[in-house]
Amino acid sequence: MKRRYRPDVDVPEWTGGHYPYDILKEGTIALVVVLLITVTLSIFFGSPDEPAITIKAWSTAAPIDYAQTAFSELNGTSGTASYGAPYNQGDSQRLGPLQLEKWMGVRIPINAAQDFVLGPLQSLPGQPALTSALHTFQTASDATRNAWFDAYTKAEATMSFAKDQVVVPTTAAGPVPLMINDLTAMARSGALDQALLTRNSFYTTNYTQTLLLLSDGTYLANVAQQQHLLGTQWGMMNETGSYPGQAWLWLYTLWYQVPPYSQSSNGDVEVFGTLVLLSAFLLFVPFIPGLRSVPRRLGIYKLIWREHYRDQS
Amino acid sequence: MLVGALFPLNHLGHYLHWHFINVSVANTTVMILMIAVFVAAVALPFPGRRERKGK
Amino acid sequence: MNVEQQWTTRLRKRAVATLPPQKLLPDTQPAYVSSWVYVFGVATLASLIIVIGTGCILAIGGPSWWHNSSIGNFCNSLHMWSVEIFFFAMVVHLWGKFAMAAWRGGRAMTWMTGVVTFLVSIVTAFTGYLSQSNFDSQWISTQAKDGINATGAGGFFNVLNMGQMLMWHIVLLPLVAVLLTVVHVVLVRIKGVVPPIETEVAP
Repeated sequence: MKRRYRPDVDVPEWTGGHYPYDILKEGTIALVVVLLITVTLSIFFGSPDEPAITIKAWSTAAPIDYAQTAFSELNGTSGTASYGAPYNQGDSQRLGPLQLEKWMGVRIPINAAQDFVLGPLQSLPGQPALTSALHTFQTASDATRNAWFDAYTKAEATMSFAKDQVVVPTTAAGPVPLMINDLTAMARSGALDQALLTRNSFYTTNYTQTLLLLSDGTYLANVAQQQHLLGTQWGMMNETGSYPGQAWLWLYTLWYQVPPYSQSSNGDVEVFGTLVLLSAFLLFVPFIPGLRSVPRRLGIYKLIWREHYRDQS
Repeated sequence: MLVGALFPLNHLGHYLHWHFINVSVANTTVMILMIAVFVAAVALPFPGRRERKGK
Repeated sequence: MNVEQQWTTRLRKRAVATLPPQKLLPDTQPAYVSSWVYVFGVATLASLIIVIGTGCILAIGGPSWWHNSSIGNFCNSLHMWSVEIFFFAMVVHLWGKFAMAAWRGGRAMTWMTGVVTFLVSIVTAFTGYLSQSNFDSQWISTQAKDGINATGAGGFFNVLNMGQMLMWHIVLLPLVAVLLTVVHVVLVRIKGVVPPIETEVAP
């Protein structure tokens, strides 16, 4: 028995004519045309290259933001300190019963207080006051540290920066003000950039720690906001300056703008799940009844093959 | 900054904002061009058909 | 030993039977292949060649060349604009092939390899943005880490590790993208260009 003909799946055998078509010539012409357009656009518009922001640049331009971020790393309230997997123990995003983040575990361990504050300070040589402050901090009980953190947190709102010093109006924060002040000075000298990068190796290509620290402050995000790059500004598609960006990410960034994704604490994994589902639809179009009939119903094909259908009738 | 182009696009861009939609003029230009090129590709006659008829 | 039984012989015979030279490099096309829509596949291929070519030139100068040399910066521009054209052409190609329901007649694999190539290209371009080593890559990586981490992949594919991302961008992903492209094009050549949609067949 012969199968019924399905217009969205089958094609009748082509019995019509063929004509000469120089596929290599077509390819060569395409190559030359694309090359010409590329060269023209490059000569006229160039490409963006906004310099990277260093910890030095950040702490020099916004010392208070830097000092507050450093304190949040020390007392464990920063984004990185409380991030969860893959950096440390913490909450994980959920997709229904799936906790993919948590299941994969801590694979890039980050201890914010040790890596971003105590470690770099310990690497500073010849500073007796700092060495003593670090000793006091590290030998204190949790209760004492928490009392210092509370005092510092209360005074933080009126923190100021004058004569290269971070000024915090409190006397109840123990060694914390001196530590944060010295760390800010270290950051402003550029030494912290180096300390974070070269701790384990002379040759470096891994910027995980520096970038995590940068992203805990508000300075990086402020610059990004000016460049219209925030997630809430469809920033994923955008490029610095007035250049076109990754416009092909429109469907990815779209979901972040609309509820329920935009209000969900599991937004990232939900958007990802949605995209996987949509990509599967695109991938399996040939097998999905209804979806595979869309081209026939759209009728654009009648225009594309208009000469063929004209010849037929 | 290196001089690499006649009209570098390093100045801050303009953005089109409509309800929750927020797209840069540069990306909008690219997308409109894509649609225009697709429409043109479908609508414009492909050259060389007539001579083929004789083959 | 029988020559006909050799692996090499059998592979060659099979290859030539599946894709004879006149199919691999055809000098004619069916009469219905007559529209500008058909040029976007080859335009995508052409831009891919230029993307890879400019990428190779950038590789000669190394990963900070484009920050401190006008020539390097110009090559960076060539690379960026060819990528923009690559995606431009690929998306128009996708629209065209969708409009023509080009999966018909046993061409589902051709469609699917095309879709996967598109997705792999997006990831490849993304790692390129991470490898710029400028403010843009700082921002993109710190934003993207949340998305990638949420899927559980962040511990293996660390977008904050510039060295790792550069390797993915210039070795692993281009290799996959080019292999997929070759498979896609070979499938197109084996199956030929999809004939027009006919709502019914003549008895």
